Amino acid sequence: MAEIPILKIGDCLLVSIQVDMHDRLALALQDDLTQRIVADRARGVMIDISALEIVDSFIGRMLNNIAAMSRVLDAVTVVVGMRPAVAITLVELGLGLTGVRTALNVDKGLALIRRIIDSEELDADRVG
Amino acid sequence: MSVNRNVILSLIDRHFQSLLAGWQACLRDTSIGGAQREADAVELATRFLEELRRCVAIAQFDDIRTSEWAPLRAMLDDLSRTRAIQGFSPAETAIFVFSLKEPLFELLGREVGSDAAELARQVWTTTQLIDKLGLYTIESYAKTREEVIIRQQQELLELSTPVVELWDGILALPLIGTLDSSRTQIVMESLLQRIVSSGAELAIIDITGVPTVDTLVAQHLIKTISAARLMGADCILSGIRPQIAQTIVHLGLELNVVSKATMRDALALALRRSGMAVVGRAEPAKPTTAAE
Repeated sequence: MAEIPILKIGDCLLVSIQVDMHDRLALALQDDLTQRIVADRARGVMIDISALEIVDSFIGRMLNNIAAMSRVLDAVTVVVGMRPAVAITLVELGLGLTGVRTALNVDKGLALIRRIIDSEELDADRVG
Repeated sequence: MSVNRNVILSLIDRHFQSLLAGWQACLRDTSIGGAQREADAVELATRFLEELRRCVAIAQFDDIRTSEWAPLRAMLDDLSRTRAIQGFSPAETAIFVFSLKEPLFELLGREVGSDAAELARQVWTTTQLIDKLGLYTIESYAKTREEVIIRQQQELLELSTPVVELWDGILALPLIGTLDSSRTQIVMESLLQRIVSSGAELAIIDITGVPTVDTLVAQHLIKTISAARLMGADCILSGIRPQIAQTIVHLGLELNVVSKATMRDALALALRRSGMAVVGRAEPAKPTTAAE
């Protein structure tokens, strides 16, 4: 079974999904990703889905789950590169992915993660 | 039926002129147009009678959809199309055919004479034929009108969904007219396409031109906003009129989006969010200071 590579960039993890997601692959990705977040002490997770032409409700829920899991592990999740057709389909399915941050491309995604981490640290400083 | 065919045929042949004159008198009574329309009607009536004569001679009465009736049908198509476009009402269009009944029945009565049963039979078959022709005219009229409506709908769809780039990374989507599902689809697609091509992070959706916001329109707005959010662009809603603000609250709608009353405020917010500011230019140095 193909495995989805997880790349480390600074304190971020980059997952680029290039193959069609089937359900077992999605579950395996959840497993791998949570382990890597803990192992690498990552603060941000970026999931690039620009190659995906089809996103069904299961994959939509998986993205939501990953975001929720990484939040528990103190990492922010940003989904980048969603295609217009996919966005329309998800909205029609009633999946707004409200718990997930989004960005147009990897560049903007990285900038967004940096901004969120910085503001969180600022908040932490103020409280401390 | 053949008896009837011969009766009508000979009737049209022998009394062509008086039939035409009687019909024209009826048309004149009912017509509302000026002299031009009347002249048109006279010419049409003559052509119609000639075609009718030819068709009656060869065709079956009970079905006017056969090929023998084709020339007459083409003529009626033509008539209803021009009248539909000129703005005649359906009744004014159909009366052209139906008003032939009066002079025709009068002649039939004179022809058949005192045999009541025979007269009733003749009138029945004739009226059936004329009714079919009249109904065909109305059908064809309605078809033309529908074509006009469909064409206008498509033109409206094409007209009404511009996506404007206001500034680097700031798009504006001025919505005009009611948002139904097919329009929402087009609006959404063109907005998302522009977000991809311009890399914009902010989109201002301006609903100044949307006459009413009900639950359905709000749902369509929410869909558009969440689709843009999935693409990584934030939306700002602007142009909410006081009346619409009240409606939204009364309906209990939750839009979950930053909204501003005017496009101006929305643009100011968008500029601030993307780290830009509009400042007045400094006063140019006065010539006197330069001379000193």
